Amino acid sequence: MRQSTLPGGGVKIMLSNLRTMWLVFLHLFHKKETIQYPEEKIKLHPRWRGRIVLTKDPDGGERCVGCYLCAVACPVDCIALQATEDENGRRYPEFFRINFSRCIFCGYCEEACPTYAIQLIPDFEMAEYNRQNLVFEKEDLLINSQGKYPGYNFYKVAGMDAGVKEKGEGDNEEPVVDIKSLLP
Amino acid sequence: MPTIYIDNKPYEVKAGKNLLETSLSLGFDLPYFCWHPAMGSVGACRQCAIKIFKDEKDANGKIVMSCMEGVKDGLRMSITDTTARAFREQVIEWLMTNHPHDCPVCDEGGSCHLQDMTVMTGHDYRRFEFKKRTYTNQYLGPLIHHEMNRCIQCYRCVRFYRDYAGGDDLNVFGAHHHVYFGREKDGVLQSPFSGNLAEVCPTGVFTDKTLKKHYTRKWDLTTAPSVCHHCSLGCNIIAGERYGQLRCIVNRYNSDVNGYFLCDKGRYGYEFVNSANRITEPLIRTRPVEAVDETTLMNHLKNLITLHPVIGIGSSRASMESNFALMQLVGKENFYQGISDDTAYLEGRMVELLQQGDVHSVSLKEIEAADAVLVLGEDIWNTAPIMALAVRQSVMKTAANQATQQSSLFAWHDAAIKELVQEEKGFLANITILSSPLDAISAIAVHESPDNMARLGFAVAHLLNAGIPAVSGITEKEMLAAKHIANALQHAQRPVIITGSSCCNEALIKAAFNIVQSLHTPERKAGISFVLPECNSTGLALMKAPSFEGALERVITDDNCTAIVLENDLYRHIPAAEADTFFAQCKNLVVMDSLHNRTTEKAHVLIPAATFAEADGTLVNNEGRAQHFYQVFMPVNTHIKESWRWLGEMKTMQAKAANGLQQHPDEWLAKLEVTLPQFANIAKVMPSHHFRINGQAIPREPHRYSGRTAMQANLAVSEPKPLQDDDSPLTYTMEGYTGIPPSSMIPYFWAPGWNSGQAVNKYQQEMGGALRKEDPGICLFANKKEGASPFFKDSPEAFIPRPGKYLLLPQYQLFGSGELSIHSKAISELVPAATIVLSKKDAADLGAANGTLITIEKNDFQYRLPLIIHDELCNGIVLASAGYQGMPAPPWGSWVKLSV
Ligand code: SF4
Ligand code: SF4
Ligand code: SF4
Ligand code: SF4
Ligand code: FES
Repeated sequence: MRQSTLPGGGVKIMLSNLRTMWLVFLHLFHKKETIQYPEEKIKLHPRWRGRIVLTKDPDGGERCVGCYLCAVACPVDCIALQATEDENGRRYPEFFRINFSRCIFCGYCEEACPTYAIQLIPDFEMAEYNRQNLVFEKEDLLINSQGKYPGYNFYKVAGMDAGVKEKGEGDNEEPVVDIKSLLP
Repeated sequence: MPTIYIDNKPYEVKAGKNLLETSLSLGFDLPYFCWHPAMGSVGACRQCAIKIFKDEKDANGKIVMSCMEGVKDGLRMSITDTTARAFREQVIEWLMTNHPHDCPVCDEGGSCHLQDMTVMTGHDYRRFEFKKRTYTNQYLGPLIHHEMNRCIQCYRCVRFYRDYAGGDDLNVFGAHHHVYFGREKDGVLQSPFSGNLAEVCPTGVFTDKTLKKHYTRKWDLTTAPSVCHHCSLGCNIIAGERYGQLRCIVNRYNSDVNGYFLCDKGRYGYEFVNSANRITEPLIRTRPVEAVDETTLMNHLKNLITLHPVIGIGSSRASMESNFALMQLVGKENFYQGISDDTAYLEGRMVELLQQGDVHSVSLKEIEAADAVLVLGEDIWNTAPIMALAVRQSVMKTAANQATQQSSLFAWHDAAIKELVQEEKGFLANITILSSPLDAISAIAVHESPDNMARLGFAVAHLLNAGIPAVSGITEKEMLAAKHIANALQHAQRPVIITGSSCCNEALIKAAFNIVQSLHTPERKAGISFVLPECNSTGLALMKAPSFEGALERVITDDNCTAIVLENDLYRHIPAAEADTFFAQCKNLVVMDSLHNRTTEKAHVLIPAATFAEADGTLVNNEGRAQHFYQVFMPVNTHIKESWRWLGEMKTMQAKAANGLQQHPDEWLAKLEVTLPQFANIAKVMPSHHFRINGQAIPREPHRYSGRTAMQANLAVSEPKPLQDDDSPLTYTMEGYTGIPPSSMIPYFWAPGWNSGQAVNKYQQEMGGALRKEDPGICLFANKKEGASPFFKDSPEAFIPRPGKYLLLPQYQLFGSGELSIHSKAISELVPAATIVLSKKDAADLGAANGTLITIEKNDFQYRLPLIIHDELCNGIVLASAGYQGMPAPPWGSWVKLSV
């Protein structure tokens, strides 16, 4: 609006419109971006933030240790879980629930997760007619794969003995201290 | 007041403090580990480094530990100095070289002082490339979990466990960087204060093992300020809930009551709230389908309370609101205490003396500050554990104070003072039936029969005040002890006498009263403390209602009565035969309670009552201090309601109009105050339910509370409206007033950068002192008539064993005697077997040995328990485990027959 009050403004606008039309015309000869979804699928990058999964560690154990960090990081509070332990003292979620009708796919949960358990994957096809079906439980989330971060096993680097390695057996650990010895 | 300069700014500060506590009191964030406001400084962790300067011109300064340096006028120090900051960061970095990668699976995480201090110093990246030291863990019993890798060698645990609490089965082992904090070998921690390790240890080495079973981070708990219901002391607690279950109890600092610590019964006794034994729906047992809905229940109750004379049986474990609501419903003349005549008489006596006598009822803080303590007859180690801890502090501190008066040492200089004090102790006379761990720090420990203990008390009183007649026939040995005690009390400035009801002996109370009154002079502030059996025994006694026997007579003379029994298992207090008669005579028996018990089995109508965690209410502790506890969570099961709410609804129904009737706890208290003048001021214990700060309610959930939109999404994907709490200024949301509320309404301790419980620092006016907006409860005995009351002159006769008969007295156990705490699994594992105790001679006379089953017999009471022989027990007395689940109420204080 401001331009038109300047001398020669009207001419500038007309030239701009003509340029735009010319550019649009040129697109007729470009490669098409539109694809025939859903027959044809889009190619997504591995770091695309879509459907959330819970992964397993290299030994096939559940990676999630029920630390609640994803839940507290989630800006819409759509993760709820309860931690429990097996007979070896290994923590895992008793239940793990994500309300995808609330999730904004921000990826904060993945960023907060200290065990690489929770991961956002390149899949967005989770629309539902019934909103209740967007509530995913652990059975729906847990996949039989390490996902994007292969090789990491939290309990191998943690100090705790949770049935994965004994105290002092970790790569980064000295053998357990003999408290009866006074030798240095 | 000295002036010190912190980073060149002048501050007026309190003399005699160290620079760390001074800085913290001024609001500075200065990291620390080994210093503890209740335990002083030892300078072990090197975390609290600051720089101090010679004078204004000194640009270099020197690094010192702020916790080891006292305030001096004109002192110049710097917290922000770059070298000091770098020093603090390096200390953390060194600690971290061995610290395990455990935070995600560590129960301390999110309320970890080490995490907080690490963030505070700025250390964030591991540069150390070598391996970490590791340790094996120990099994320490069902209360405390041990994960030794996480230790940072601050020594707080052993200083608390051994020095502060007097335990001897936890220690430091090994040498140099291999020191180990644990027991000599795996085993249950013996101290009844072991649970405090979870709060004292700044890391996750010691954590709450019961919380581990249903682990929830601090930020996810819905919490409310509450009051412990497991003994008469009324320690302040914070109780936390998640997913409709009570998850843990932590200490709530109250400078006048429990300070920083709780006993293990209080900390771990909470699980009865989650018990499978809960009463979950209203039952009308006279119907073919017993479970009924509320309308049916109310219609049925309407008939019971309008067509029949109604009597009410109160309870010493129910809140003031509930007891008073019952009294309002049935009428004052139809309200009875649900305890035996003897107990009611004793408790009434104690309350009366505190109300009228010119004696001061002391707080736990005053006991800690006492310079001579006489425990007369009460086994406080088992009946009032935190009082025992306070007595221990008095003994240790008195010696320390005496030592510091002769030197220039500061009171917080813990290690130095210990060196100076050596084995010196303040004065404690522990006069009890059997020995207790307090004997180890007592100047005199006497183990006698209640009558003889009372005689000793009368003898002491006589020595202090010639107006009290001498005790006739007193032995030389007793006289010697009496002289020793009288002398020590006379030389004290703040002597305290402790007794209680557990010996079932009035003479003890009289003797204690005589002593305190004789000691009390304008120069000397003497105090008394009575220990009562239950959390609201004082409150119920103050209502001055007749005992259960009155109710029994009523139903015997009028067989058309409806009796309403409020949260009371009568079989615990009343001989079974009497209780049976009572139940048989009641036309209608309405019982409201939270757990099934022998009384609820008899109920015709059973009403599910809320536990402390699901209710608002007020308790009056042994000192006469009224304290309010707030609802921690609303039960999902809407059948469960506070007893006062049920009773209020019944009252409305009875009155046919709700106008002017009480609905909220504050209204009940206001009405109570008007109806029973002895409760004057009690309404001040909580603000009106309309109270708001800047228009905002106080949130029960921290601002990081997670899972709001998913917790109940399995039931319905749309979130329900947040629960509405109309009864108090607290709300069930994370929004609301985030500043510091009045101290009785603090739902959790948190401050920016301080996620652990040590955030309490930020809530205190000065470290270890009163809270900001202090509101430590209402002392009902504070304002009373001036002028001494008469002395008691009737000392009892010396105790003489009777042939073939034994005086039956209760032996309380910390774990086992509690009615509610026993439903916590962890506690039930620690209960010692029920036994009876006899002296060597008595056992020999009966031809019994340790373990022999012995039958106690009196009239139609019969009970069989295995024997333990105790050398200290005097002849003629038999002790039996008291308050155990399922055990009938024995005729305490009477002479019984024993047979093998
Ligand atoms: S992606 Fe974001 S919104 Fe979704 S669950 Fe994770 S943290 Fe929550
Ligand atoms: S942050 Fe990771 S390990 Fe922790 S609860 Fe969430 S998914 Fe499990
Ligand atoms: S003690 Fe604290 S810092 Fe150490 S692992 Fe536990 S939460 Fe983390
Ligand atoms: S166990 Fe805890 S309290 Fe004890 S020295 Fe280690 S870190 Fe400190
Ligand atoms: S707090 Fe000062 S050295 Fe530990």
